[in-house]
Amino acid sequence: MPSLPSTNQDLIELSQINRTFYLGDSKVRALRNVNLHIAPGEYIAVMGPSGSGKSTLLNLIGLLDRADAGTYKLQGDDVTTLDSDAQAQVRSKRIGFIFQSFHLVPRLTAAANIELPLTLADMPAAERATLVVKALKDFGLTDRAQHKPNELSGGQRQRVAIARATVQRPAVLLADEPTGNLDRITGEEVVRLLEALNAQGMTLIVVTHDPVLGARARRQIKMEDGFIVSDSLSSSLAK
Amino acid sequence: MKLIDTLRYATTAARGAPLRTGLLMVAMSIGVAAVVILTALGDGARRYVVGEFSAIGTNLVIVLPGRSETRGFNPANLITSTPRDLTVDDANALLRLPGVVRIAPIVVATTEINADGKLREAMLLGTNENYLQVRQLKVALGRFLSQDRSGHGTSEVVLGALIRREIFGSDNPLGKTVRIGDRRLRVVGVLVEGGRGMGMTTDELLIVPVASAQAMLNSNTLFRILIEARSREQIAEVKAQVLKMITQRHDGEEDVTVITQDAVLQTFDKILNVLTLGVAGIAAISLAVAGILVMNVMLVSVAQRTAEIGLLKALGATATAVRELFMVEALLLSLTGGLLGLALGYLGAAILRHIYPSYPAYPPLWAVAAGLGTAMISGLVFGVMPARRAAELEPIQALAKRA
Repeated sequence: MPSLPSTNQDLIELSQINRTFYLGDSKVRALRNVNLHIAPGEYIAVMGPSGSGKSTLLNLIGLLDRADAGTYKLQGDDVTTLDSDAQAQVRSKRIGFIFQSFHLVPRLTAAANIELPLTLADMPAAERATLVVKALKDFGLTDRAQHKPNELSGGQRQRVAIARATVQRPAVLLADEPTGNLDRITGEEVVRLLEALNAQGMTLIVVTHDPVLGARARRQIKMEDGFIVSDSLSSSLAK
Repeated sequence: MKLIDTLRYATTAARGAPLRTGLLMVAMSIGVAAVVILTALGDGARRYVVGEFSAIGTNLVIVLPGRSETRGFNPANLITSTPRDLTVDDANALLRLPGVVRIAPIVVATTEINADGKLREAMLLGTNENYLQVRQLKVALGRFLSQDRSGHGTSEVVLGALIRREIFGSDNPLGKTVRIGDRRLRVVGVLVEGGRGMGMTTDELLIVPVASAQAMLNSNTLFRILIEARSREQIAEVKAQVLKMITQRHDGEEDVTVITQDAVLQTFDKILNVLTLGVAGIAAISLAVAGILVMNVMLVSVAQRTAEIGLLKALGATATAVRELFMVEALLLSLTGGLLGLALGYLGAAILRHIYPSYPAYPPLWAVAAGLGTAMISGLVFGVMPARRAAELEPIQALAKRA
C-alpha cells in the first residue's frame, strides 16, 4: 500500500484503521487497514466511487465516527480513545466541516449561523460579535448578514458554511463534496475560496467525485472497497 | 454553552415551528386553566357554604326535634313511639343554663299575607325578640319584636324587605295592618335587605312572636331552638348541657339532635376541601396529558431536527449541550403554556364571578402553584427522554439525513 513516510510534524496520523458497518445481515468494510500521514498545510483530494469509504475516512478524521481498530493521532495527540465530550472539544477547536448540502440552520440568519460554533464554545458575546463581523467581511457576506439561508443563493450559502467552519481557525478543513449542490461557476468560486484558505496554511481535505476538482489538489488519494489504492503527490505527474 | 445562549437558541427553535409550539402551548394552557378554574369553582363552593353557615350567627348551638339514630330498647318506647315535641317551655328552661346568652325558638310555616288589596305567599317565622341578635340581622325601619311577657303572643309583625316592597312599594308600612292567615297584625318593623342563612333569604319572611305563630298554626311544637353560647370555647359544654337538660325534661329519652354551627362548618369545610382536591386531581390529568404531548412534540422535534443535531455536534457541541438545548426548549414551552393557562384560568374565574356575583370563585393559591408546578415538572420529566435521544444521536448518522 502506498504511503508517504511519517514525519514528526504530522498533522494527522492514521495507522491500521478499520471501520465496519453492519447493514442488516451484510457486513460492509468501509475502511480496511488504512494508514495515512498528512502534514500541516496539505491540500488533498480523496476520490473514488460511491461506497469506496472516502466519506467514512473523512468522518473519521473529523471525529464524527469512531474506528473499530487502529490509532488516530491529531497534532500528535491520540484522539481515538477520547470520550465523546473531549472529542466534541477537538471538533470545536481543531476541525472545520463543510457539507454538500451546506447544513445551515434554516431559522438562523447568516450571521447567527456563523456565530453558532463560537456560542457552542462558550465564547463571550462581545468577542463573538467581532469575529462574526470579520468573517462576514472576509467572505463578502456583510450585506447578507441578516438574511436567512432560504434568502441566499447556493454560493452564498456555501460561503456562510465555510465562514462558519473556519471562524475558529481550525487546523483542518474537511469538505465533503463542497461543490456537489452548486453550478460550475459558483462551484469554482467556492473551490477558490477553499484554496485561498489552504494558501493561508489551513490543511484542506476534499472528498469528491469530480475529477476536475480532484485534479486541482496537490495530493490525490484514491479509494476503493475501503482500501487506499493510490496516493500520489501531483496530478500533473500522473497524467 | 452559556445559559443565556441556550435560552435564546431554544426560543428561536420553538419559534421556528410556530404551529407545533402554538398547539403545545394551547394544550398546556388548557391543562393549567382547567386546574385554576375548577379549583376556583370548588373553593368557591366551599367559601359560599361556609359563608352561608357563618351568616346564621356566631357560637350557635341548634336543637332539632327527633333523632335519626338507632338506639337500644328504652322503656319510654313502650309508652310512646313518637319523639316528644320541642316546646317553648323547653326553650325557656335552656335559658337557665350557664354559658347560654340568648335563645331563639323557631316555628316555620308557609302562609299568605293580605294587605293593601294584595295577596302574597310568604314564609311565616315565629320567634322571640332575641332572634335579631342571634341571627345577627338588622332592622331597616321601625323596630324588631318586643318581649312577649304574657306568653300569649302580640299582634306585631316584622316584614322582610321584599315583602315590604311588593306590598307597600315605597309607602311607609309602619303602623299599617296586614292580614296573615285569619289574624290582623300591625307592622312594627322591616328587616334590612339581603339577610341570608341556611339557604333561606330573610327578604321574604314574616316574623311574628312565637306564641302568635303557634296559635295561628294551632300547634305547640318548635321547629328549632337556636342557642347562642357565651363563647366559642363553651360551645361543646353548652351542647352537652342542652342535651342533658332536654333529655331530663323528656322523661329520660334522648329524642332531640343537637348540632353546633362549628361542627357543621368544619364538616362542610372538610367535604368541600376534599371536593376541591378531587376536582383539582381531575384537572391535573389534563396536565399530565399535556405533559405527554410535550414529550410527543419534542420527540417529533428531535426527529425533524436530526440533521441540525448532527451539525451542532460537528460544530463541537457536547452531548450535555445538546441535551440542555432540548430540555430548555421543553421547559420553555411548558412554562409559557402554563403562564398562559394561568392568565386564562384567572380570566375564566373572573368571568364566573361576573356572571354569579354571589359566588366567590377565587382560585386558591395552592392550586395555582400546583398547576404551574405540575406544568413545569411535566415539561421536565417528559422533556428528558427526547432530550436524551437527541444527545445520544451519532453525529454521522444525524448528518446523513438531509435536512
